[in-house]
Amino acid sequence: MIRFTGVDKAFGSKVVLEGLSLDIPDGETTVIIGFSGTGKSVALKHIVGLLAPDAGKVEVDGQVVHQLDHAELDGLRGQIGYVFQFAALFDSMTVGDNVRLGLARRGLEDDAIRERIHESLALVDLAGAEEHMPAELSGGMRKRVGIARAIALRPRYILYDEPTTGLDPVTSAVIDQLMVRARQELGTTGVVVTHDMRSAYTVGDRIAMLYQGRIRQVGTIEEIRHTDDPVVRNFIEGRPFDPDRLVPVEDRA
Amino acid sequence: MESGRAIADVRTWGPHLIPQMRRLGVDSVPIALFIAVFTGIVLSLLSKYIFTGAVPIYFVGALVGKTIMMELGPVLTGLALAGRVGANIAAEVGTMRVTEQVDALETLAYNPRSYLVVPRVAAGILMFPVVTALAVATGIVAGWVTAINLLDLSTLEFMKGLRLFYQFKDIWFGLVKAASFGAAVTLAGCIMGLTTRGGAEGVGRNTTRAVVIGCEAILVLDAFWALVLL
Repeated sequence: MIRFTGVDKAFGSKVVLEGLSLDIPDGETTVIIGFSGTGKSVALKHIVGLLAPDAGKVEVDGQVVHQLDHAELDGLRGQIGYVFQFAALFDSMTVGDNVRLGLARRGLEDDAIRERIHESLALVDLAGAEEHMPAELSGGMRKRVGIARAIALRPRYILYDEPTTGLDPVTSAVIDQLMVRARQELGTTGVVVTHDMRSAYTVGDRIAMLYQGRIRQVGTIEEIRHTDDPVVRNFIEGRPFDPDRLVPVEDRA
Repeated sequence: MESGRAIADVRTWGPHLIPQMRRLGVDSVPIALFIAVFTGIVLSLLSKYIFTGAVPIYFVGALVGKTIMMELGPVLTGLALAGRVGANIAAEVGTMRVTEQVDALETLAYNPRSYLVVPRVAAGILMFPVVTALAVATGIVAGWVTAINLLDLSTLEFMKGLRLFYQFKDIWFGLVKAASFGAAVTLAGCIMGLTTRGGAEGVGRNTTRAVVIGCEAILVLDAFWALVLL
């Protein structure tokens, strides 16, 4: 289980997270939605220790992430796959080597690594793409390689940072299906950061809305769909609104 | 503490050392030799101009050898490599930083210092002296060829001058300096790369900084070694 407790994070004078508390239960996919720049990715980076909170704590399976020593943090990261917004593939390596990199750290035999690479790429429908360079791939294919790299580690958790941003609707739907498949076939707990509501409804079991540094509402898909909260409602319906009065722009007197 | 942990992680940086030695060292040989050839030619002509009528002309060999071995070989090679190697490292690592590849390394349980910094700095320390040694040899040969063809010096006279004030220290002094330049240039490139922020503009800014800092460090270290070792 992943638990945020009273997490504050600021970059200089810009406060991004302010008292963020959220429980992410095992075996489910929790989608964190929110406006651009509200700190969704920042929250995600706290889970793997890429960022440390200014106050509060993030726990993964009871371990306080920012208090772990290097060896413990490496151990934790071994249980977490991270899919970056723009895939973050190593552009000097082939697709196969990108997937291999994390596996090589696990001390697996070469045959086992090759098999795992093949399985992972097949799971994202990229079987046989091992020798391609990232520069030869489309945006959607790069995202799929990023997912393959994450699932190759057979992690307990997979964190997806804006997995469908910048993709066309069809490719987005493919990525959504891959996320669903990863959970079904590998039983991973997912955390998805997105502002793509169609994707959120497809892959999520629960949705949490991050607003002004903290969780505004968390609930099941149906609870979020039928929310009375004006901020959440305006967001999921894509209506511009006046944040001071929490009413849609068109309803202002 | 962090650096010690990175250096101790041989399993991570070990496989990258030879490729980095090739990239930073072997691939830099042409530019270093190009500079060395013209430095040797100019030094030879310059020493003839300075010495004519004042000291025996075979001193040309002494000035060419001593100057290239102890100063111009290491410093000019270092400055050239500060541009080529420092910029290369800063741009590559900086791009990795802004495209989250460095973060990706961390999530895969790799220490970026072990993976990116240690093999580059080690390659710089090992290969700058090698490239410098080749440049020194090339510069002296260029000076010799110039002397026997344009200055009416015989090979024997040039060699006599070359041996005149030669000490073994002349060689290791230049190579020690070159190793320190290698450390400074690669470290500047890595630090500037890892601290890059702000996309393409940030990469450009920090690449320029890496070259400037590398060049400045070379000049400061040059004076430092002269004070300490001479």
